[in-house]
Amino acid sequence: MKPKYSLKGALISNLVPIVFLMFAAFAVPMSGLSIPYLLHEMISRLARDSLLVLSLVIPVLAGMGLNFGMVLGAMAGQIGMVLVVDWGLGGMPALLVAALLGTPISIGLGYFCGYILNLAKGREMVTSYIIGFFMNGAYQFLLLYCMGSIIPITNPELLLSRGYGIRNSMDLPNIRQVLDRLVSVEVFGMDIPILTFAVIAVFCLLIVWFKTTKIGQDMRAVGRNRAVANGAGIPVEKTRILAIIISTLIACYGQIVSLQNLGTINTYNSHEQVGIFSIAALLVGGATAENASIANVFVGVFLFHLMFVVSPMAGKNLIGDAQLGEYFRVFVSYGIIAVSLLLHAWKKRHEMLERRLLENDGKE
Amino acid sequence: MKKKDRMHKGGIEKFIANFGWPRIIIAIFLLLLFVIAPFIGIDVGTSLSDMLVRVGMNGILVLAMVPMIQSGCGLNFGLPLGIIAGLVGAVTSMEYNWQGLFGFGMAVLFAIPLAVLLGVMYGYFINMAKGDEMMIGTYVGFSVVAFMSMMWLRLPYRNPLLVWGFSGTGLRTTISLTGFWMKVLDNFLAIRIGPRFFFPTGSFIFFALCCVLVWAFFKTKTGIAMSAVGSNPQFARAHGVSEDRMRIVSVVLSTVLGAVGMVVYEQSYGFIQLYMGPLYMAFPAVAAILLGGATINSATISNVVIGTFLFQGILTMTPSVINGMLQTDVAEVIRILVSNGMILYALTRKGKGTVK
Amino acid sequence: MTNEKPLLSMKGIQKDFLGNRVLEDINLDLAQGEILGLVGENGAGKTTLMNILFGMPVIQQTGGYKGTIALDGEEVRFSNPNAALMAGIGMVHQEFFLIPDFSATENIFLNREVTRYSLLVEIFGDRLRTLDKAAMNERVVQVIKELGVNINPDTLVSEMPVSYKQFTEIAREIDRAKIKILVVDEPTAVLTETEAEALLAVLKRLAAKGVGIIFISHRLHEILNICDRIVVLRDGKLIKDISSGQSDVKSIASWMVGHEIGDFAFHHTENHRKTENFLSIDHLKVLMPGEAVKDLCLQVHEGEILGIGGLAGQGKLGIANGIMGLFPAEGSVTLKGKSLKLNSPLDAFRAGMAFISEDRRGIGLLLTQSIGLNIAFPLMQVKGGLLKKIAGLFTWEDKKKIREITSSYIERLDIKCTGPDQSVMELSGGNQQKVCVAKVLALSPQILFASEPTRGIDIGAKHLVLSVLREINEKEGTTIIMTSSELGELRSICDRIAIVNEGKIAGILPAEAPVEDFGLLMLGE
Repeated sequence: MKPKYSLKGALISNLVPIVFLMFAAFAVPMSGLSIPYLLHEMISRLARDSLLVLSLVIPVLAGMGLNFGMVLGAMAGQIGMVLVVDWGLGGMPALLVAALLGTPISIGLGYFCGYILNLAKGREMVTSYIIGFFMNGAYQFLLLYCMGSIIPITNPELLLSRGYGIRNSMDLPNIRQVLDRLVSVEVFGMDIPILTFAVIAVFCLLIVWFKTTKIGQDMRAVGRNRAVANGAGIPVEKTRILAIIISTLIACYGQIVSLQNLGTINTYNSHEQVGIFSIAALLVGGATAENASIANVFVGVFLFHLMFVVSPMAGKNLIGDAQLGEYFRVFVSYGIIAVSLLLHAWKKRHEMLERRLLENDGKE
Repeated sequence: MKKKDRMHKGGIEKFIANFGWPRIIIAIFLLLLFVIAPFIGIDVGTSLSDMLVRVGMNGILVLAMVPMIQSGCGLNFGLPLGIIAGLVGAVTSMEYNWQGLFGFGMAVLFAIPLAVLLGVMYGYFINMAKGDEMMIGTYVGFSVVAFMSMMWLRLPYRNPLLVWGFSGTGLRTTISLTGFWMKVLDNFLAIRIGPRFFFPTGSFIFFALCCVLVWAFFKTKTGIAMSAVGSNPQFARAHGVSEDRMRIVSVVLSTVLGAVGMVVYEQSYGFIQLYMGPLYMAFPAVAAILLGGATINSATISNVVIGTFLFQGILTMTPSVINGMLQTDVAEVIRILVSNGMILYALTRKGKGTVK
Repeated sequence: MTNEKPLLSMKGIQKDFLGNRVLEDINLDLAQGEILGLVGENGAGKTTLMNILFGMPVIQQTGGYKGTIALDGEEVRFSNPNAALMAGIGMVHQEFFLIPDFSATENIFLNREVTRYSLLVEIFGDRLRTLDKAAMNERVVQVIKELGVNINPDTLVSEMPVSYKQFTEIAREIDRAKIKILVVDEPTAVLTETEAEALLAVLKRLAAKGVGIIFISHRLHEILNICDRIVVLRDGKLIKDISSGQSDVKSIASWMVGHEIGDFAFHHTENHRKTENFLSIDHLKVLMPGEAVKDLCLQVHEGEILGIGGLAGQGKLGIANGIMGLFPAEGSVTLKGKSLKLNSPLDAFRAGMAFISEDRRGIGLLLTQSIGLNIAFPLMQVKGGLLKKIAGLFTWEDKKKIREITSSYIERLDIKCTGPDQSVMELSGGNQQKVCVAKVLALSPQILFASEPTRGIDIGAKHLVLSVLREINEKEGTTIIMTSSELGELRSICDRIAIVNEGKIAGILPAEAPVEDFGLLMLGE
């Protein structure tokens, strides 16, 4: 029997976060940024992005890999926000109404995405990625052409000068940080958005609890072995669609939380980067396309954003070029996804070969 | 029974089955655009020229999909690697102030060895990740684009026409080809009819030449072995063909075509866009070949040619016609929906080659 | 233990598969607490019979079956496996139906989890009930105790020895509320001897509790050991239904194999060159999943047709696949004193060998390509034939020559097609196989491995393929090593027949030897 725990094993399975930690240990002093400043930034970014990254956990559980289609949820959240702003709502009611509006849209989009992914089994990641692009077209069509013409928009400040279509960016003065500031505590001069973290904690608990339910168990079974799950009578396709719907919903709420923290919407860009950054963050946290835990989410968001904040300044101080650091962090976000997908694919093949050899041995 | 029924079906239905619905719809749509155009004051001659120029400009990038699809590596989302090689070739040639066809030729010559190198590396990645080639390709492509963005800042190019004026280092985001080899292929033996119609003969000759070369390659021993790897890897292996080697060769070939295609693209476009410019350039090429009727495991030269014409036709005609009619610019949205819709359609369709 | 009313009664079962009768008038009873041994060669109809019992979708998709099945005297006709499970029929699969990353408990309770009510059920339905792990573990402990084995409920299946996986499967079946019948398909094939004994003991214990067991196995001594009654199937017919006390290994073997001889007369090659050590295979090991070869030695004479027979899964297919480099192989193979580089298909071809694969569609053919390309491909890739140089630079396919050679084979082998350019996919199975034969003929090999060359093709094509093999053996002196699961076919064409059992040669007999002897070798007795 294998030993349950070994230092080497622990190091290898956490290689990615360790490498990033080492990078941070090197780059933080180089950047010249103060620790309190960084801490403050990290807390604010954890509050902003954790929920979005959390939305990726369930599809991984269901064996569908990294759900690039989470941007659909972000789009739903943004549509809700735009409408709320138009109706002149502010404060907490605005957030709740936006979430309420986003919910049915997310469910619809999630169903659509899950349905398509069932048609492309074994190619879920690349397909969900393209679905993201495709729906972005639909999103642009809705906001640029339908809003203000077919869908009434009353607030002229939201519209482009031509009379219809939502403007490229809008401020959210009445919504900015309402959730963060509603209940917050000051520690060492830093505002800690207690309520936001509470919301995140609730979703974490929901996911933990979800895993202990019948459907959570079914999802795990579907994720581990579709054929056996199907043979045991678990509705595989329905379960997979449900996983995507849940992911899309959490992403929708995550985007709303994220937008209230930022206080502004880039109507046509905010959601685009969300998929890439969330997936990169989850992977930096040590998750793979087959295994993702809640711990991976928080470690990932922390390390990824630390790198994000630090590298332009470090680049500037090291080589005298902030632009270089800027590109460096883009390189790292893409590179980390490439490397982990590569490792994941390689491991999958390796395990398959090993299993084949084992089967032979078993018959000896 | 069913088979017989199918045989008795009329010629039109057979044609539709062979040609595929999406292609027919798009073709009819495109035709419709050309019919409507004169009525809303759009000059057909100009539109046609635009379309032809864009076909010559993009054709080889679409052709770069073929080797990888044929060897079973799927759609080449890693096209940015070839594009990067093409960019390096171009700026290197310009660094020396080489002009005209010679400058263009040198750009291609510089680009090819780099493309081979990147292709071999990319090929190894692709082999590591059998089954996940497309996702890996996308992100390897993105990573290389981001990595090169850092390199553009640091590489020792000194030609003042290429680098930022104030610091003297770091290549500019957009570099004009005016005075170097702008449109050298397009204008080569170009045909001009009236003030508006222009046919870029040189680019078409070059595109045709590349098509013939690729077509001929797939008739050689290596080319046939490559197709065999793509349509049935076990068959190929059982007959002594190394699957991994063939796949690497196909990736190198695709990357080299991407590099050459990029140089052709640049000469026609007239500008070089560095940094994040090449990030999404694989998508239109992927969409075009799928529009031409390719699947993720089989592609022919005719798929390339038909696909490029249809896709570039849509891209040229929709902005002018739709905008003319509706006074809006939904063209961009239509481009996104058509190209990604095509890719989605191909991903969810069970490939012709996989008979179980 | 038996009472008057049988637990299970199958009457007049008949099944046709695409016009072939695969089961004919099968009558079978199973009493409570009885262990019934079901034996037969591969393809005798055991699997089809069990598929019918379970209502597997494949049966309905191919036109259903005739006859009746009664459970406890009541007629049943299951439309899906779940219905059979609900009625109390359990199945332990030959290939494990378990999720490796799940624990024993999780696997045993897959989709039958014990759950507790939670408030959210009211909104979202029953799938949101929470799992009751404690209750499940408790029940698992109980079931495992019933089996008399020692498994920790929390152990992951992937970390279990093979026998424990088997036990987990059995535990899952018997935990179902009212298990009445348990079908066990070759359970001991993957077990060591002690593990197998433990399993047999468990089955006996279950039977003693009143469960009826259908035990499918090729290990006759096990069958004789634990079964009350033995049923022998052959070619879809029930040959024998006898109590185990009245039978012995030898008679079962002969019932299984039968006496019939194929539709071919015995073949005697006169032109044996009898070169000893023409091809010698020493200590060959092949890692072919399901057909592993373990330390096999075999001498092949020049100019002979050597048959290789044996039951499925014993490794007979692994020999050709290993030597031709399709699956990882170890050991030494020498051809005319020259050692062959293993694990390299190209070297095998260059040494003058060729292979007709048993997996025609998977390995043998490029289905989407033309007949011409399929026939030309090996010659082109292996020998550089059918190519021409253009301008002294490019080597190009020689289309004209390919057409010529293809047309000649189409004529010689009577391939029914529209011409050399038709795609292979559109041909019938028999004609596809002829393309495979043409492909190797084009190589004019010294040694030809033909694996199941007549599997799944019509009688006319069968005849043609066999006579072509005989023809090249006689006229061109090609040494042929033919693997087949049809003994009759082997006996009709081969000079000698080697029987493979558990990855080794169990014995070599002349084709004329009595069938019983072959049967015994196959069963390793």
